[in-house]
Amino acid sequence: MSEQLTGAQALIRALEHAGVDTVFGIPGGAILPAYDPMLDSTQIRHILVRHEQGAGHAAQGYASASGKTGVCMATSGPGATNLVTPIADAYMDSVPMVAITGQVASAAIGTDAFQEADIRGITMPITKHNFLVNDPNDIATTVAEAFHIASTGRPGPVLVDVTKDAMQARVDFQWPTELSLPGYRPVTRPHPKQVREAARLIAAAEKPVLYVGGGVIRAQAHAELKELAELLGIPVVTTLMARGALPDTHDLHFGMPGMHGSVSAVGALQRSDLLICLGARFDDRVTGKLDSFAPEAKVIHADIDPAEIGKNRAADVPIVGDCKEVITDLIAALQTEIANAGRTPSYDTWRHQLEAVRAKYPVAYDEPEDGSLSPQYVIERIGQIAGPDAVYTAGVGQHQMWAAHYLPFEKPRHWLNSGGLGTMGYAVPAAMGAKVARPDKTVWAIDGDGCFQMTNQELVTCALEGIPIKVAVINNQSLGMVRQWQTLFYDKRYSNTDLHSARIPDFAKLSEAMGGVGLRCSDRDSVDATIEKAMAVTDAPVVVDFVVHRDAMVWPMVAAGTSNDDIQIARDMAPAWDTEEL
Amino acid sequence: MSKHTLSILVENKHGVLARVAALISRRGFNIDSLAVGPTEHPEVSRMTIAVSVDEQPLEQITKQLNKLVNVIKIVELEPSQTVQRELLLVKVKADTLTRGQVLETVQLFRAKVVDVAPDAITIEATGNPEKLEAMLRVLEPFGVRELVQSGMVAIGRGSRSISDRTLRPVPVPPPHVASGPPNLQAQPADRPHHPVPAPPPGRPVAPARQG
Repeated sequence: MSEQLTGAQALIRALEHAGVDTVFGIPGGAILPAYDPMLDSTQIRHILVRHEQGAGHAAQGYASASGKTGVCMATSGPGATNLVTPIADAYMDSVPMVAITGQVASAAIGTDAFQEADIRGITMPITKHNFLVNDPNDIATTVAEAFHIASTGRPGPVLVDVTKDAMQARVDFQWPTELSLPGYRPVTRPHPKQVREAARLIAAAEKPVLYVGGGVIRAQAHAELKELAELLGIPVVTTLMARGALPDTHDLHFGMPGMHGSVSAVGALQRSDLLICLGARFDDRVTGKLDSFAPEAKVIHADIDPAEIGKNRAADVPIVGDCKEVITDLIAALQTEIANAGRTPSYDTWRHQLEAVRAKYPVAYDEPEDGSLSPQYVIERIGQIAGPDAVYTAGVGQHQMWAAHYLPFEKPRHWLNSGGLGTMGYAVPAAMGAKVARPDKTVWAIDGDGCFQMTNQELVTCALEGIPIKVAVINNQSLGMVRQWQTLFYDKRYSNTDLHSARIPDFAKLSEAMGGVGLRCSDRDSVDATIEKAMAVTDAPVVVDFVVHRDAMVWPMVAAGTSNDDIQIARDMAPAWDTEEL
Repeated sequence: MSKHTLSILVENKHGVLARVAALISRRGFNIDSLAVGPTEHPEVSRMTIAVSVDEQPLEQITKQLNKLVNVIKIVELEPSQTVQRELLLVKVKADTLTRGQVLETVQLFRAKVVDVAPDAITIEATGNPEKLEAMLRVLEPFGVRELVQSGMVAIGRGSRSISDRTLRPVPVPPPHVASGPPNLQAQPADRPHHPVPAPPPGRPVAPARQG
């Protein structure tokens, strides 16, 4: 079955065949042909954003909240280069995304034509794969390949750059029934021998920890994870990307590890004799100084990407495979191991030690002495009022870390943030994408005053397109995390971190100017009422400007370049490791 | 650091060389020599890359290269099990006084004279890098006017072929095979729900180095 279409019609038809229902984008010269048939598509809703970066992060938010592949579209040159940041972000955080860009006509490529940029060359190191299509007959197959590559194996962004003449030519449209990708065969089934070896190590361990990363969320393996943890009572820590993989309220959950991790999570890794790493990648923000990270531990490292295994930390048992299949097989292998040994390993002593640490060093904060609003309290109350069913996004910085600690994470895909790249400005457009994917959910963007000023123009998009997200601007009038480092490591010399945002801009008025509701709150007593008021708005985006104390700091903290053993729970306060005999 | 020779089978598509070379340079390594050419399969090209790198980073580079969608297979060739060849063209000063000696060197190294001028000779030589280096050392005193050298190509000894089994294209189902054209009448409110496509059936492929 084939039909005569223009290349542009073929592109839109191909997106429809790929199951796309939403595209975030902005038209421009080179992509213009594609926008004409877009107008006729009843399957695809195009959301006209105000900046291409917003389109990219919205596609990420859409993908992370739904598990489907997010799609963004932009024109050549500046349109395409504005997508670079979200593409890099999606690459670091393994978000399935397809970016479609227009390119100048093939005859003009290489001539420094108007709005020409070699976006395929530019995005080579930050995409899972990318394509330049200048033959209209390749459009359908390339789109099919792009969606296949983006969504399978370790997910990631794929860019499809289509020349204007290819979109204007006529073509016999044919959606492929098979793809030929001889160099792309991701391994999803774990090797049984490796899984058995892992089970043997677990049964022999005394202090095992499940070190769980974002791969478990992407693989939708949360139910299997819970079963594995409960089978033998193995303590679990969830990284920033994995919050929600196991409910925070679960007895076996010991918090988030890392530079700003909880003492129990960091301690669990440091004192463990066996790390069972599932879909995590020993990021420097988790390990601290690598050579003193979990010094006594053997390592089982399971990941769908073989290149992650042994990259930072040597693995005693490497397992290549999809987390869901790995965990399922591991449960079976452990049951066999237990049956053969005739006894069930017990980690009670180890778990009780960690429970004591968790009880003694909960993640906590002090109220500011001057009576001003504490940012942690605001975030905590939003979490309590909106509950674990809401989807939360965050920008990058102090508010992100507080959100990671104080929001209630009970389910996967309810926490979206920029973990690897650390992109300020992620929260608002990602919340927009998440709300489009999950219109039934309340979506809160926990943002900072610095982050918010990078991408808030998408509130206009939200207002016009009927995407009622809620934004809490945790306004400490500074680039807070940088200021914290200046306080701690630069002798309180606050170079260029004061944003004066208690005065300018007026965030509430800004929101109103963009078609949203604007609220402001600066005292503890009105926090709940303000949040309730924001929750009551269901037909427009809401921005709440929470003016908070500017010197609140994120604790615990492992200073950059130091060992996780040197974690501080507050300034110059270290946990008493020795007396804990961890 | 030690020298390693990688044979990389890649899809014969534009941009592949840039991807491979950029990945190696991004990791901070220098390519000593590089050769690209066709293979017995028209849709497949073969790159031979010589790099000086330690064992551990080499493994990381190999894994990263394997992640490139256009890379089909990577094999490290052990020098002792491999025939390695480079091609050298060198223009050496040779007048009536020295021509005899230069020609003697050409004979010794089983090289060939491909062009002669009154004051110079152009020599073609093939061999492993050590042999060519030795020949150049002998020729140098006569005066090397110009020199061009190919990247090394290498092939394993014996009857086995690295492209034996990996080249069969594996058909992969596209993410969503619609049974017909999409329902253009559907209203935005009742858009069809598209489930996440199932991952393709796993096939144990070379890159997974387990254990």
